[in-house]
Amino acid sequence: MPKEAIVRTIGLKKTFLLGKIPLHVLKGIDIEIYRGEYISIMGPSGSGKTTLFNMIGGLDKPTEGKVYIDEVDIAQLDAYELAWLRCRKIGYIFQTFNLIPVMTALENVMLPMIFGGMENDEAMNKAKSLLETVGLGERLHHKPFELSGGQQQRVAIARALANDPAIILADEPTGNLDLKTGKEIIHLLKEMNKNKEVSIITATHDLKMLDVSDRVIWIRDGMIERIEDRENLQIKVGEVEGEE
Amino acid sequence: MQESVPGKKIDKQLTLPLRHALNMSIRNIKIRFGRSIIVTSSIILGIAFLMSILANNAFMAGILEKGPEHIKIALQQDIEEMKIRQIWLVSLSLLVCVVGIVNAMLMAVTERAREIGTMKCLGALDKYIVEIFLLESSMQGVIGSIIGVIFGFAASFIVYLLKYKGLVWSIFPTELLLKYSLFSILLGVIISVIGAIYPAYVSAKMEPAEAIRREV
Repeated sequence: MPKEAIVRTIGLKKTFLLGKIPLHVLKGIDIEIYRGEYISIMGPSGSGKTTLFNMIGGLDKPTEGKVYIDEVDIAQLDAYELAWLRCRKIGYIFQTFNLIPVMTALENVMLPMIFGGMENDEAMNKAKSLLETVGLGERLHHKPFELSGGQQQRVAIARALANDPAIILADEPTGNLDLKTGKEIIHLLKEMNKNKEVSIITATHDLKMLDVSDRVIWIRDGMIERIEDRENLQIKVGEVEGEE
Repeated sequence: MQESVPGKKIDKQLTLPLRHALNMSIRNIKIRFGRSIIVTSSIILGIAFLMSILANNAFMAGILEKGPEHIKIALQQDIEEMKIRQIWLVSLSLLVCVVGIVNAMLMAVTERAREIGTMKCLGALDKYIVEIFLLESSMQGVIGSIIGVIFGFAASFIVYLLKYKGLVWSIFPTELLLKYSLFSILLGVIISVIGAIYPAYVSAKMEPAEAIRREV
């Protein structure tokens, strides 16, 4: 199968102004992420991984350089097209789950489909089957505060999948979960990655994530330190598991 | 509400049907009941004051039209002076009411920053966010104004009942009171929408990346 780049960044730089002092958070990042890949962006806090994540997700614009999602330069998009891109092409998962508190699990999953223009009944059926896929078929009508952290994250995964996106961006998806629940979520993500052929990009410092990643991009001080393939990772995983 | 961008490969379409927007607004009001009460009560107070004065005028007009001579003469004297003072008081109270709404809604926006950011990540356009906030505010406006009208009328009515006893019934200005009530409710809704415009604008302009990570 030929490798098709779903995300491509060229010379990506981002500078924030801290008062009057420029802070170079990203100093030129070139990456290519292929369709169906499971990528982990690893790095210590302050390394710029969240900023990189925001750029890829179209949540923030680069100071210099380009981001292509599905061969579309996102800097060229207007607000409407950007919203459309977020709605249809990208699914977001957050560390803090970020479900809409006033809506039930089912309605949360339906929301992106409704924004996307789907009929109510169709959206409801799809949301139901997605929630069943993530193992929450019994909790359709619960509000977020009635669900545990792991369950909320499952709803978030179902919601991210709602419009069959090409990419799922997960920012520290296991950051607020205990070890066991975190593992379950990682495996659920991997399962979705395989079954639905969606590319998954996670920004994380959870070493459990190494286990399922196709490639790991290590970021340090706003630059790519190294990119490791799965084969090279095998040895490391053993070490990591020994540490736990 | 549906729009499409011409010349694209796929029909790029984003929607938020009114039914869903309404549903979301009603839920928000219900769940954040404490906050809703603050917004609503400032409308209630403002409109109650307006209505009490309008009802007062209505009763007075009724007396001037159908009441006995000796009361008419007494009333006529201070009616002119009162009118000017009334306008001042009412404008001031409604102004305070708007400021109260802006304040309460701005707090609501801050409180809901993460939710707004999340909705944007799911594909919400700025105008959906504005729509939800304005809907919420206008519903609070309707409810608050109706309650305000009832209170305002009751206050005025009781004063006149105590002062003129049975006479009030014979001069009861039904038509005028209804007209003033409708006017007050309409004004209440307009005021609450005006008060919500700026907060709604602020919320719609939030950058999703920033909004999502904001801790409240």
